[in-house]
Amino acid sequence: MPRTKVYEAVTERLEILDTEGRVDAALMPEIDPSRTRDLYRDMVLMRTFDTKALKLQRQGRMGTWPPIKGQEAIQAGVALAMGDNDWLIPAFREHGIMVLRGVPLHLVFAYWAGDERGSSYPEEVRCFPVAVPVGSQWQHGTGVGLSLKLRDEDAVAVTFGGDGSTSEGDFHEAVNCAGVFGTKTVFVIQNNQWAISVPLHRQTAAETLAQKAHAYGIPGIQVDGNDVFAVYAAATEAIERTRRGEGPSLIEAVTYRLGDHTTADDASRYRSEEELEEWEGRDPILRLRRYLVEQGLWDDDQETVLLEEAASWVDGQVKALEEMEPQAPEEIFTSMYAALPPHVVEQMQSLLEEVRS
Amino acid sequence: MSGQNAEGRALHAVPEVATEKLTIAQAVRDAMLEEMDGNDRVIVLGEDVGVDGGVFRATEGLIERYGPERVIDTPVAESAIVGMSVGLAATGFRPIAEIQFMGFVYPAINQLFGHAARMRNRTRGRLSCPMVVRMPYGGGIHPPEHHSESYEALFLNTPGFKVVVPSNPYDAKGLLVSAIRDDDPVLFMEPKRIYRAFRDAVPAESYTVPLGKADIAREGTDVTLIAWGAMVRVCLDASEVLARNEISAEVVDLRTLNPLDRETMIESVVKTGRAVVVHEAVRTGGFGAEIAAQISEHALLQLEAPIQRVTGFDVVFPLAQNEKHYLPSRQRVVKAVEKVLAF
Repeated sequence: MPRTKVYEAVTERLEILDTEGRVDAALMPEIDPSRTRDLYRDMVLMRTFDTKALKLQRQGRMGTWPPIKGQEAIQAGVALAMGDNDWLIPAFREHGIMVLRGVPLHLVFAYWAGDERGSSYPEEVRCFPVAVPVGSQWQHGTGVGLSLKLRDEDAVAVTFGGDGSTSEGDFHEAVNCAGVFGTKTVFVIQNNQWAISVPLHRQTAAETLAQKAHAYGIPGIQVDGNDVFAVYAAATEAIERTRRGEGPSLIEAVTYRLGDHTTADDASRYRSEEELEEWEGRDPILRLRRYLVEQGLWDDDQETVLLEEAASWVDGQVKALEEMEPQAPEEIFTSMYAALPPHVVEQMQSLLEEVRS
Repeated sequence: MSGQNAEGRALHAVPEVATEKLTIAQAVRDAMLEEMDGNDRVIVLGEDVGVDGGVFRATEGLIERYGPERVIDTPVAESAIVGMSVGLAATGFRPIAEIQFMGFVYPAINQLFGHAARMRNRTRGRLSCPMVVRMPYGGGIHPPEHHSESYEALFLNTPGFKVVVPSNPYDAKGLLVSAIRDDDPVLFMEPKRIYRAFRDAVPAESYTVPLGKADIAREGTDVTLIAWGAMVRVCLDASEVLARNEISAEVVDLRTLNPLDRETMIESVVKTGRAVVVHEAVRTGGFGAEIAAQISEHALLQLEAPIQRVTGFDVVFPLAQNEKHYLPSRQRVVKAVEKVLAF
C-alpha cells in the first residue's frame, strides 16, 4: 500500500509593466499603440469620475460611494479583453468596467444616489446590476456561463468580486459548479487586500487566492493588478480559452484599495499611512503614463487635453443625473411583479392617496 | 451525465406519458414534461433530479427524454442551485430548481431573498427571474431531522415571490404549468405527505390552474375551514366527521398563498360567519395570523365567533416518534369547529 503523490500544483504570477514604466518585452501582449493610449484614457476617466463621486457625496449630492481608486488597471485591462457579446456580472466596486461595457455613467451615479432606475441599463448592455450581498454574484456568473454554454452562444460571462468574497460559501459553490459543468465563466478577483478593516491574511491561510482554482480543477493565475498589460494578457488568455469551450478559469489580480471601503468608512482606523504611501507609489495610472511617455506615445499637452475632456464628460454625466425626473412614488411598487397582485395594487393606491392629500 | 450505466442499459425506462389516474408526484412530473416539450428553455436542475429521477421520483424519466443538458444533476449546493438559476433565468432560461426538502432551503435563502425575489424590481424590469423553485414540504412521513418543515411564512414575508401549494393531483399539474409559465419566481411547495396518498383523474392534455385563485374544496354553510396543501385533506376528513353531527363545513383550499384570493375566502366567511384556519407551520408569525387579520379587516362584523387557528406548535418539528403530537389532526380541527360553534 504505497503512499503516493496524487496531485501537485504550481500557481504562476504574471507581471509585465514595472512601477518605472518598463515592460518585459517577452511577455508583452500585442496591443496597438492607439489601444494602449485608449487604456490610459479609460483609466484616467475612471479616476476622474471616482474623484467626482467622492466630491458629490461630500456635497450631499450622492449617497454612499465605494471608490475604485487604485483598481483601474484591472477594470480597463479586463474590459479590453472582453468581446461585444460577453456578459459582465459585477459585485459593487466595478463601476469602471461597467462604464467601459456601456453602462451610462449617470445611471451608475443614479444607483449610488439611491435611485433604482440606475440599475435599468439599456437593452444592449449585457451587464448584471450591482450585487451588494458579498460573494452572491459569483453564483450568477456561473449561471450565466452555464446559460451561454447550453445555448452554444459565442459569448462568455466575466464575473468580479473582492478578496473578502472568496471567504463566502457562494464563492466555493460557484467556482466548484463552474468546474463541474465547464461553464463559460471567467472569475476575476480584485484582491485589494482589505475587506473593510480585515486584511487578507485574516480571510485565508492560503498563500494566494489564485491557488484556490486548483481545488476546483480549473486554471488559476495571479497577476499584478496594477499592471494593465499583465491584466490584459491574463484576461485575454482566460476569456479566449473559455470562448473556445475549454472551461472556466480564475484570475487573482493583486491591487490595493487606495480609498476607503466606502464613503461611510475611515480606513485610517485600521491601516497605516506607510502602507498607503507604498501603494500610492505603485499607482497603475502613473505606471502606464511613464510607459507611454517613454515610448513617445504621450506628452504633457495630451495629458492636459485628456484631463479637460474627462472632467467635462463627467460633468455632463452629473448634469444628466441631476436632470433625471424624480421617480414617481408608485415606482416602489410597479416593478415588483410582471403583473401586480391585487393586494399590492391596493397598497400602491393607499400610498398614492396619502401623497396626494 | 448519461442516462445509461456502464452496460449501456437504460437506468429508467421512459414511463408512459400522462395516464388518467395520477398521484401528486406523477402530476408534478407530468407538468414539467409537458412544459419541457413545449419550450426548450425550460430546464430542470437540482440534487438527484437526473439519473435517480428525484428522491420522490418527481423528475423520473426526464433525463432520458431531454438529456443531461436540460435535466441537470447538480453538486450538493443549494445556494448554487438557486444562484445559477438566477443567472440562467435572467438570460433567457426558465429553470425549475428542486430543493430536495424544504428543510434544506436555508443555504439558498441569500440567493432567493437577496436576488431571485428582487431582480425585477432592482432593475426596474430590465432583468427578471422567471423560475420555479420546487420543494417538498411538511411532515407526516417519519423522516430524520430537517425533512418536515413548512416555511411558507418566510417566503410570504419576502416580497417578490409567488407562493403556490397544491393539495391534489389535478391542481398540482395545472398550478405547476402556470408557475413555469409565470414571469416571476414561484415557490412551489409540494405536500410530500400526500405525494402518493391518492390518485385523481388528471387530463392528459395541457391545462392550467390560475395562480391566485382559491378553490372551494367542499361547500358548507356553518363554518369555513381555510387551508392549503396537505391540510386540505385533514379539513375534508374533519368535514366528514362534522357532517355526521349535522355540521356543514365549507373548505377553502387557498392553492396560492401569494397572491392570496381574499375574495373567495371572505365571501365564504361572510356566508358562514365562522372561520378556522389550519396550517402545519408553527403558530406564531404563521400565515394563519395574516389570514385572521385579513378576515378581521374585511368581515369582522359578519363573524359570529372569534377566528380559531389549528396549527403546528411553536416548537422544533419533532422527530418521527412524536410528530403525531405536532401535526394538526382531524380531531383538532373538529374541536376547533365545535369551539367556534359553541361561542
